[in-house]
Amino acid sequence: MKMPLSALLGLIFTGGFFFAAIFADVLAPYPLEMAVGKVWEPPSATYWLGTDTIGRDILSRLIYGGQITIFVATASSLLAFGLGSILGFTAVTQGGLVDQLLSRLVDLMMAIPSLIIALVVLVVLPRTLITLILLMGILDATRVFRLSRAVAMDIAVMDYVEAAKLRGERQGWIIFREILPNALSPLVAELGLRFIFAVLFISTLSFLGLGIQPPLADWGGMVQENKDGLIYGKAAALMPALAIAVLAISVNLVADWVLSRTTSLKGGRGG
Amino acid sequence: MHPVLILVTQRVALGLLLLLAVSVVIFVGTEALPGDVASAILGQSATPESLANLREELGLNQSPIARYFTWMGGLLTGDLGVALTNGQDIGQAIAQRMGNTIFLAACAAVISVPLAILLGLLAARYAGRWPDKVISGITLSTISLPEFVAGYFLIYLLTQIIPIFQPVAMIFPGMSFWAKLHAVALPVIVLVLVVLAHMMRMTRAAILNVMQSAYIETAELKGLSPMAVIWRHALPNAVAPIVSVVVINLAYLVVGVVVVEVVFSYNALGKYLVDHVAKRDLPVVQAVGMIFAAVYIGLNILADVVSIVANPRLRHPK
Repeated sequence: MKMPLSALLGLIFTGGFFFAAIFADVLAPYPLEMAVGKVWEPPSATYWLGTDTIGRDILSRLIYGGQITIFVATASSLLAFGLGSILGFTAVTQGGLVDQLLSRLVDLMMAIPSLIIALVVLVVLPRTLITLILLMGILDATRVFRLSRAVAMDIAVMDYVEAAKLRGERQGWIIFREILPNALSPLVAELGLRFIFAVLFISTLSFLGLGIQPPLADWGGMVQENKDGLIYGKAAALMPALAIAVLAISVNLVADWVLSRTTSLKGGRGG
Repeated sequence: MHPVLILVTQRVALGLLLLLAVSVVIFVGTEALPGDVASAILGQSATPESLANLREELGLNQSPIARYFTWMGGLLTGDLGVALTNGQDIGQAIAQRMGNTIFLAACAAVISVPLAILLGLLAARYAGRWPDKVISGITLSTISLPEFVAGYFLIYLLTQIIPIFQPVAMIFPGMSFWAKLHAVALPVIVLVLVVLAHMMRMTRAAILNVMQSAYIETAELKGLSPMAVIWRHALPNAVAPIVSVVVINLAYLVVGVVVVEVVFSYNALGKYLVDHVAKRDLPVVQAVGMIFAAVYIGLNILADVVSIVANPRLRHPK
């Protein structure tokens, strides 16, 4: 099957961002925290993207900031994915009261916008990487739960699951060996969407000053640090904003493609 | 009793129950952390006396259940307590800012709803052709932008490159209506961009869904123009899903408003909330968080009620 140009571009950019995040220490020309130039220098040969509000190199901070943003988003979307799908499958295989309890709890959490819950909880929680990852992972697990429960509902009535139950297999076997392999493709496409959501969520929190705290830097926080420059025509804040936008759009393009592939797979298995 | 009325009553009752459960979540969300709320709020600056004072002030000496009922009773009677940071009455502070938030959200709604429906109709009319692709392409990219990113791009574009607006949205009592409108123009554009995409895509989907019905084919075969088919036959039958999508997206404005107010330093409820999260002012955040959650749930109930009422099969039972 040929890959459409949009998905290819998305894949290249996504790959580029992850590459830059992993090899940040090698790629970044200057250290994260060092003021190397004057305040708000325009892009030049020495500082490719200019300098920020206290004279730090924007390109370097963008690379290190991408590392934190991508790390937090990856960790929390993996957590959401793991937690949500395991609970979703458990709800289906256990049924009855467990299913009712979990589903109503998820309904309740989804009845309030995630940002509002996050703001309320962050009043008292310490704003560390761990709490942010846990908070975002748990909030986002509700969406994965809904999807995986719906997918597993269809699979749980299949003959081979019934056969496994009659064989007397344990709960874990049924979830991991019978349901999971068959539910994987829609869930993988969902993982991409959850990742974007996590990137936007952590960026928004950091922009509001409630996410990643200095001395660590992430893209949302960088927009906040440099936003005052915009009024004087200094475009520094736009660089991290652009990075967020490009990452979100490129992962979206890839996820779109995976989604359309898996839906076409459902029609005819051979294709 | 009329079946529609029964359904609507059920839905509203369920919504009220949900609201009650949500109040528990908002309350428990700040309780369910290891250790003590007072030391979490004070952090490094805690001394034994200040801790004891704060515990007294928050009523931490009482049991959580007693505290919940005191808080809930206060909410219902309009007594929201005082802010920890400056001792100001929370109810008063909210009342001063509520109008500004509603003004901003209402402006965004008045522009985005007709625009979204119009664009959705156009995209459905030219489904698969270039106008559809252009509209869908643009909306797809605005969906991937968080509010503050869209906000700063627009600020740069419309205050620096083409200087026609102010980067901060300040409105104060005594300003004329038009002056207020000009002041909030930029934040309104951002909010419109953010909600437009979803509304437009779902309008398009709802219309295309109806377009597959047999009566649409009949209308086409009797020689009506495509726009007349959509306007006279498809749109009336797609009204229920469109209206409920519109209302759900208005609920989404609740979240958008919080971030956009911070971007434009717009003195209203969302900014008040975020400022006080940063200051760890628990009573303020609980009260304002509850208001935002209640509006969000209220709009969702409204969406359900509208789709029940708009459904002719329920309105005219056999």
